[in-house]
Amino acid sequence: MTRNFGGLKAVDVDYLEVQRGIITAFIGPNGAGKTTFFNLLTGFDEPDTGKWQFDGTEVGGMASHKIAQMGMVRTFQLTKSLGKMSVMDNMLLGAPNQKGERLSFSLLRGAWRKQEADVRERAVELLERFNMSHMAEEYAATLSGGQRKLLEMARALMASPALILLDEPMAGVNPALVQSLLGHVEALRDEGVSVLFVEHDMDVIMGISDWIVVLAEGGVIAEGTPAQVSKNKKVIDAYLGTDDGIAADDGRTGADAQ
Amino acid sequence: MKFELLLAAFDLKDLIGVPLRASVSIPTIVFALGAIGLNLHYGFTGLLNVGMVAFMAAGSYGMAIAFTQGVPGGILVAMVCGLLFSVIIALLIGIPALRLRGDYLAIVTIAIGEVMRVSARSQRLINITGGPFGLPSIEDRGNDVSLSDRIGIDWNPLYDTENPTRSFDVLWTDIFNFDAKALWLMIIGWALVVLMTILVWRLVNSPWGRVIKAIREDEDAARALGKNVFSYKLQSLIIGGVIGAIAGIIRTLDNSFVQSEQFRPQTTFFIWTSLILGGAASKWGPVVGAAIFWFSLQFVEEAVRQLVENDWIPDWLIDSNDIGRIRLIMMGVMLAALMIWRPQGLLGKKEEALLDVR
Repeated sequence: MTRNFGGLKAVDVDYLEVQRGIITAFIGPNGAGKTTFFNLLTGFDEPDTGKWQFDGTEVGGMASHKIAQMGMVRTFQLTKSLGKMSVMDNMLLGAPNQKGERLSFSLLRGAWRKQEADVRERAVELLERFNMSHMAEEYAATLSGGQRKLLEMARALMASPALILLDEPMAGVNPALVQSLLGHVEALRDEGVSVLFVEHDMDVIMGISDWIVVLAEGGVIAEGTPAQVSKNKKVIDAYLGTDDGIAADDGRTGADAQ
Repeated sequence: MKFELLLAAFDLKDLIGVPLRASVSIPTIVFALGAIGLNLHYGFTGLLNVGMVAFMAAGSYGMAIAFTQGVPGGILVAMVCGLLFSVIIALLIGIPALRLRGDYLAIVTIAIGEVMRVSARSQRLINITGGPFGLPSIEDRGNDVSLSDRIGIDWNPLYDTENPTRSFDVLWTDIFNFDAKALWLMIIGWALVVLMTILVWRLVNSPWGRVIKAIREDEDAARALGKNVFSYKLQSLIIGGVIGAIAGIIRTLDNSFVQSEQFRPQTTFFIWTSLILGGAASKWGPVVGAAIFWFSLQFVEEAVRQLVENDWIPDWLIDSNDIGRIRLIMMGVMLAALMIWRPQGLLGKKEEALLDVR
């Protein structure tokens, strides 16, 4: 899969597998193409070349909402909590296949009342698990940055995803909350959800990932278990940087956030 | 003493009565309906529709052309034609523009409004739209019936053939004094306003409404949760557009003619003003906004007119020809003041308006 921005090769990956039922982490320095790769996988950006499958189905070129409906749900690096809606409404929105979301049924309250109650019950459970029950009726815009990350993750879980893609879930979250976020990510795996997440902080990842994919300058430079990766010479170079490595990085920071 | 002197300058009954009357009359109904449609577009879905007048024109011209061309089935079918025309316009605008970023919709809608107005007055379409003259009397010549007579006389339970000029003094105040045709149309119009308000309110409080509000907040978030954003935006554009077409139809029934100059862009801006005055994303905001819009406009006009006529304002400063412009200036000043002190409008939720400010 490749994606170029002008002359810059943001993503150039030959082959990659993400296994079912484990936590896979994408790591790499700023500008490595992690977020771009994420956007491509979830249909938020179109690759110049390449194809990819999810659960045996070709999903390349599919619209982002269809990919999400298939069970591949993502979160964003810059949190997208829906500020002028309550925390509860944010949660309810996550549930898939809601009858009341179809225009033809929306006015017939009887047709969706039962499903709405079920969805709400699930939302209450999830909010409780994420310790956010007391904020259910607050506007999402009033939450702190860390709470928004939690909300976004909980909302994605409402969709009962088979694979959840978390884009830098720990960025900008205070250290106390990072531990609880990590706990939630592990709990997800234990429930059978596959997790794929992006992070650039090595320490955070080593503890919880089962498999690590290291990206640098758009390509996969190494993959393996945390123990294997941490000893890899190329990885150490990419992170600690050779002289020209650092120079190249500086010029490219930010490309990844776009 | 001074205050009493000032009061003496005014004819209080007219000063309050004339604007009050305007705030329940057809123009208010028309703006209220337009603002209800716009509220669904902008207030709930976040669509920047700057061409509400295009949907009104679609309703008006659609109905008038269908009727004058002798569509089988008469008035009601002609009205449905007007509504269908607005759906077509919504699709024409929406299919290309809703896939792009929000500002493009603004450009396309304002352009379509002008395209429709200018096309309607073109000589080439003179046999259909009446060109620059419009359709001065909307008649089905084959069957010899006129649209406004059919609604205002034949179907009007208030109309008395013995006494066609009979006027109804609602509330016995001498302020709300209407003839049978106007009163009948006002009853229909206000019923539609209430109906559409309830319809929109029920829609936006359903799970469907939750999705469009999510789209207003952040399209990508809705997409990431598996919602077909484009389809929802198109649905919202169509429903709001049809409500706008109803506004156009009511106005045409009142005027009993259509002409392209009725659809200048300023109508869109007045409807926006009404919505912002009343409060976007509120239930009754569009209706209250439209009523206040016409009340203030007429109040300023009446006040300035009385002052000029009684020589309290000298002619060299403002003469009677300036009054029409003065009222628009005052309207602009009021709107600016409102935006400073009450950005959420009269009925909007203050917390919601302030969330953006941070």
